[in-house]
Amino acid sequence: MLRVRELTGFYGASQALFGMELSVDAGEVVTLMGRNGMGKTTTVHAIMGVLPSRRGVIEFDGHRLDQLPSFRIARLGLGLVPEGRQIFPNLSVRENLVAASANRGERPAPWTLDRVFGLFPRLAERQKNGGNQLSGGEQQMLAIGRALMTNPKLLVLDEATEGLAPLIREEIWSCLRQLKAEGQSILVIDKNVGALIGLADRHHIVEKGRVVWSGTSQALAGDSVLQHRYLGV
Amino acid sequence: MAELLPALRTPRGVVTALLLLLLAVLPLLTQAFDQRYLLSVGTRIVIWSIAAASLNMILGYGGLVSFGHAAFLGIGGYAVGILSAEGFASGWLQWPVAIAVAVAWGTLIGALSLRTRGVYFIMITLAFAQLVYYLSSGLAAYGGDDGLNISRSRFPGLIDLRDKASFYWLCFVLLCATLWFCSRLVHSRFGYVLRGAKSNELRMTALGFPVFRYRLVAFALAGGFGALAGILLANDGAYVSPAMMSWVKSGDLIVIVVLGGIGALFGPLYGAIAFFAVEEFLPPLLNLMHRGWGEYWQIVFGPLLVIIALYARGGLDSLLGRRHG
Repeated sequence: MLRVRELTGFYGASQALFGMELSVDAGEVVTLMGRNGMGKTTTVHAIMGVLPSRRGVIEFDGHRLDQLPSFRIARLGLGLVPEGRQIFPNLSVRENLVAASANRGERPAPWTLDRVFGLFPRLAERQKNGGNQLSGGEQQMLAIGRALMTNPKLLVLDEATEGLAPLIREEIWSCLRQLKAEGQSILVIDKNVGALIGLADRHHIVEKGRVVWSGTSQALAGDSVLQHRYLGV
Repeated sequence: MAELLPALRTPRGVVTALLLLLLAVLPLLTQAFDQRYLLSVGTRIVIWSIAAASLNMILGYGGLVSFGHAAFLGIGGYAVGILSAEGFASGWLQWPVAIAVAVAWGTLIGALSLRTRGVYFIMITLAFAQLVYYLSSGLAAYGGDDGLNISRSRFPGLIDLRDKASFYWLCFVLLCATLWFCSRLVHSRFGYVLRGAKSNELRMTALGFPVFRYRLVAFALAGGFGALAGILLANDGAYVSPAMMSWVKSGDLIVIVVLGGIGALFGPLYGAIAFFAVEEFLPPLLNLMHRGWGEYWQIVFGPLLVIIALYARGGLDSLLGRRHG
């Protein structure tokens, strides 16, 4: 579904990605792991078209993304839950969701306001609140809900559990498990190896702008040296 | 209408309702108390509220500080003036043409200006407005710098714009229509995208929205409503001149919007009332204190604006309590 090959990316003159390779197949949950500053978010930005200088091949669902503007990429079915959530603070919870709603891929049972509220009952209670009046966990739920409202073929989560209380974090993981069970393809960027091994099918470990290891959950779980070396656990 | 009823329970709702009621019966009051001059002030307030509301569409909800909005007023006014001078007196022709020209102009300069951001956007919108300003000054056939006396638009059998009270009510109805349209716009998907892009353009783009196009539509729409205000101004004084689109007027419009409350539905109305109240009543007040001081009323008005900008970030609207969204 998503295939990234020989991706390089720059911030001005300094290179951040050195031949990134990664893939996600339909129905899979795949991770991108690694320490801070290794290029995970940059990779996401390159895929979503918000990193202006990128080179390489990014294919999604039969389309080349590497030449497309950001809004076209999103319209092809990539839904991003960005790092730092980035809720629209001047829109209410409901407006945040309705603004994003679309079913461009003509999905048979699309995500609707009611379904998102079913997944996150907290959002239903706070639907009239402004985006700037939510707790961190609620903002994260809203960010996920907003991405789901675009009915993405591939949901991309960038540090979705960062800075959340353990209980809320668990709520997010359980929501992702539920999405996976429904067949949603997901690309997750996170540092929580334990939770990711249980959730994802395959993993990519990133170091200094390239993938240094990729494999299944089973392989990762059995290799504590690998975990120690690249993920610092 | 049903959704407006709960709004009446808030201070904002009560104040706004009373204000609208007062404006609705203003001609009756000014007649009863024989204060014709106040009706003309009221007419100006209502017209400038329409102009400010049109600027609020892009400045308030879109976050786009256009410093050339008066150009749309001028285009509206001059379209009426030129058509009238050429013998086309019917408002049914003049008004749609005026609005169409303004929308076309808005689309054109929007397509160019909206590629820039921040200070550059301010400067480029100002530059385009100056272009229209000097163009109108150069129209020797239509009065040039001196402006142009026109006969008021004719709507035979419907309304006589020469009658001050009828004209006032027409302006008032059009103000209500403009604010109604704004409220529909803001609470539509289009409005969500416009407002969301104001706080985070990149995010809105990454959600699949070509923000540029949404802004362009908003810019052109705002131009159309700006032209409506210009049409009314021209008919109010039976006169158009380049002065109505000088950069000072564009600045006044920004002041009115900021004073009333950026992105508040009724902010432009509050702002216009405050602006004209100060302009009308501050000079005589200062003259009372010392003869001749009235001329320098802006020395007082300026710091007043600074205080509002510093301490009442939401403008006058914020004095009426917290606003959602």
